[in-house]
Amino acid sequence: MANHSTAETTHVKHHFVDSDQQFDTAKLGMWVFIVNEILFFGGLFCAYIVFRAWYPELFQQGALELNKVWGGLNTIVLIGSSITVAMGIRSIQLNQVKGLKINLLITIALACIFLLIKAFEYHHKFELGLYPGAYYNPTPEIAGQLTHPMASVFFSIYFMLTGVHAVHVIIGIGLMIWLYIRTSKNEFSDKYFTPVEIVGLYWHLVDIIWIFLFPLLYLIE
Amino acid sequence: MATAEVSNLKTLQVKRFKPSEDPKNTYLTEEKGVWAWMTTQDHKKIGIMYLCAVTFFFFVGGILAILLRTELLTPAKTFIEADTYNQFFTLHGAIMVFFVLIPSIPAALGNFILPMQLGAKDVAFPRLNLASFYIYVIGAIFTFFAIANNGLDTGWTFYTPYSTQTGTSVIWVTMGMFILGFSSILTGTNFIATIHKMRAPGMTWGKLPLNIWALYATSIIQVLATPVLAITMLLLTMERFLGIGIFDPSLGGDPLLFQHFFWFYSHPAVYIMIVPGFGIISEVITTFSKKHIFGYWAIAISSLAIAFIGFLVWGHHMFVSGQSPIASSVFSFLTFMVGIPTGIKILNWVATLYKGSIDMKTPLVYVFIFLFLFSIGGFTGIMLGALAADVHLHDTYYIVAHFHYVMMGGTLIALLAGLHYWWPKITGKMYNELQGKIAAGLIFVGFNLTFLPQFIMGSQGMPRRYYNYIDQFTVFHQTSTAGAYMLLVGFLLIAYYLVKSLISGEKAGSNPWGSIGLEWQATSPPHFHNFDHIPVIINGPYDYHKPMEEFQLGLAESHNGHGAHGESHEVVSPEGVTTEA
Repeated sequence: MANHSTAETTHVKHHFVDSDQQFDTAKLGMWVFIVNEILFFGGLFCAYIVFRAWYPELFQQGALELNKVWGGLNTIVLIGSSITVAMGIRSIQLNQVKGLKINLLITIALACIFLLIKAFEYHHKFELGLYPGAYYNPTPEIAGQLTHPMASVFFSIYFMLTGVHAVHVIIGIGLMIWLYIRTSKNEFSDKYFTPVEIVGLYWHLVDIIWIFLFPLLYLIE
Repeated sequence: MATAEVSNLKTLQVKRFKPSEDPKNTYLTEEKGVWAWMTTQDHKKIGIMYLCAVTFFFFVGGILAILLRTELLTPAKTFIEADTYNQFFTLHGAIMVFFVLIPSIPAALGNFILPMQLGAKDVAFPRLNLASFYIYVIGAIFTFFAIANNGLDTGWTFYTPYSTQTGTSVIWVTMGMFILGFSSILTGTNFIATIHKMRAPGMTWGKLPLNIWALYATSIIQVLATPVLAITMLLLTMERFLGIGIFDPSLGGDPLLFQHFFWFYSHPAVYIMIVPGFGIISEVITTFSKKHIFGYWAIAISSLAIAFIGFLVWGHHMFVSGQSPIASSVFSFLTFMVGIPTGIKILNWVATLYKGSIDMKTPLVYVFIFLFLFSIGGFTGIMLGALAADVHLHDTYYIVAHFHYVMMGGTLIALLAGLHYWWPKITGKMYNELQGKIAAGLIFVGFNLTFLPQFIMGSQGMPRRYYNYIDQFTVFHQTSTAGAYMLLVGFLLIAYYLVKSLISGEKAGSNPWGSIGLEWQATSPPHFHNFDHIPVIINGPYDYHKPMEEFQLGLAESHNGHGAHGESHEVVSPEGVTTEA
């Protein structure tokens, strides 16, 4: 909320009265967008709930095929990236442009590590023939463990949930690179850092969705 | 110079700004040329681009309707094949719902009017506003690609398992809908942020025009419901693409889940279409009866109530789908509940007319048509919400007639009312009043001729979407077709006199209806930034008993509204306002 508009007002668009109004409006808009994102994932979570209610033992069997260690590591990586984003916002509030740049780079790196681990996990699934839906074709060994007739649906839901989440991570990396470029051009200061704040909110959303996905998919006993 | 109370904390210097009757600079004289239009971030131009797109799609959807009605002139084949017929009614439904009704009032008229009614220079996020238009265009391209490639024959509801099996281009259309959804979401997000943060000094929530309350309720539904459609369309696409099995019974999925998902969006979507229409009705009815609205808060809150209850009634589309009887009973009860806020609105509008000085101009004619047709649509909706009646009437022409009375008799008539009401503001030109009334009459008669017979044949058992029918229904179908042609003539007449008004219409003047609405205190067509001052609001939006000059106040200094923070606390009564324009 430290946007005071007396000195620099070049960033205030013509239709806003002052910097504060522009900042508050952007933030409100982002919160509305976050509500909408939650409902978007809500549809997938709803499908998850319905199928888990119908086939509880399917989810217990399916979860055994997911690697808790990699999943847990990814959770830590993503929470870590949320901390660095928050630190980046704090840096720019204190007008530390260099701090923001460093934190953005760390966040981008952590997000890439997340995707890399996810890619390893996907690759492992594909090697075992654990494709979604109609392409589900497990190796005999896996088929022996995963005896449930609806096993393919579990992996459909798994790939849909984590896949849509991964798309959000990729978009987040893109946004973070955009922020880095703008920071390098010295466009942000303690007077104006609305885009950093907004992307930060987005990144926390991506993080929190994963925090729900991880136990729902990996930690079922 | 004078002062007027705006809030408890600050006193603003205000003076009267009388709008020029002959504006030199308007939004139409700035940013000229095709490229400037296509890249504009001005909400008024984006609204007009939406209006053109919506009109184009209405024309396409309308032609499809005429072809359908022509085919139904005779019980057997008249001139098109059954498969073509299936594709035509699918496209008619999909185009009219997704490309016409949903964006029509919020994105076209709302975009133009909302910032003006708030006294803002633009919507909160002008770039997103432009993006939403292009997202809409991309969604349309996907849909047209599908039409060119095998078409689509699932009906606009895309019910599984048929939609996962048919050989037509479902993926293109579902991806088109997925993309289109984001355009709707962006508009809704934009409006919510604009209404919360961009109101002119003095415009408290209690002084918002009811059109803004209606658009606010609509935006909430858009933001909460549309993402569910997006994920449903994504899942359906993946169902066809990867066979993920969530909706496919042969893979362990459940087609009913699709229906739940689909109607969780598509029922609230009905309110995305109709609630902004309510806003227009409130504006038009007060302007043409020159009277304070009856029950301001009742109308404002009932919009939000409809938005809220509208989320809880989707199951009434599924009474015969095999959902549990308890669920059906609850959905039936909740469906009746929607009738209450809707009834409150109708009552308040009629009460507003009571003892008003009614000026029967074309927009008000459309309001009366709306009250009549929408009431029929609403009451038949209550009948359909009754479980036992619905089992008999489900999937018959009775349903078709019901939702055309609501969607066309409600939304589209409200859109026409709004278009005729704001046309002078948008274009600065007047249309021919007599031709306007003749067209309204043609549409009213044509509409009833088209859809009243459908109630009768529906209750006698004529199923919807059928290509053939038995001889006893011939007279109803032929009457209906005749009505459709009459509607066509009515719409062509509207197109004719509106185009003519653009070319050779009389100059409108800033306020041809004598409204006190804020948007009418700008020039016609408006200034590029809507107002060349910052408007200050001291009265309610329908205080017709107060003098006009109190609605034309603006900040006296060029400084912004926040400049005058707490300098003094004096309160000067509105009588002290001097009028130096």
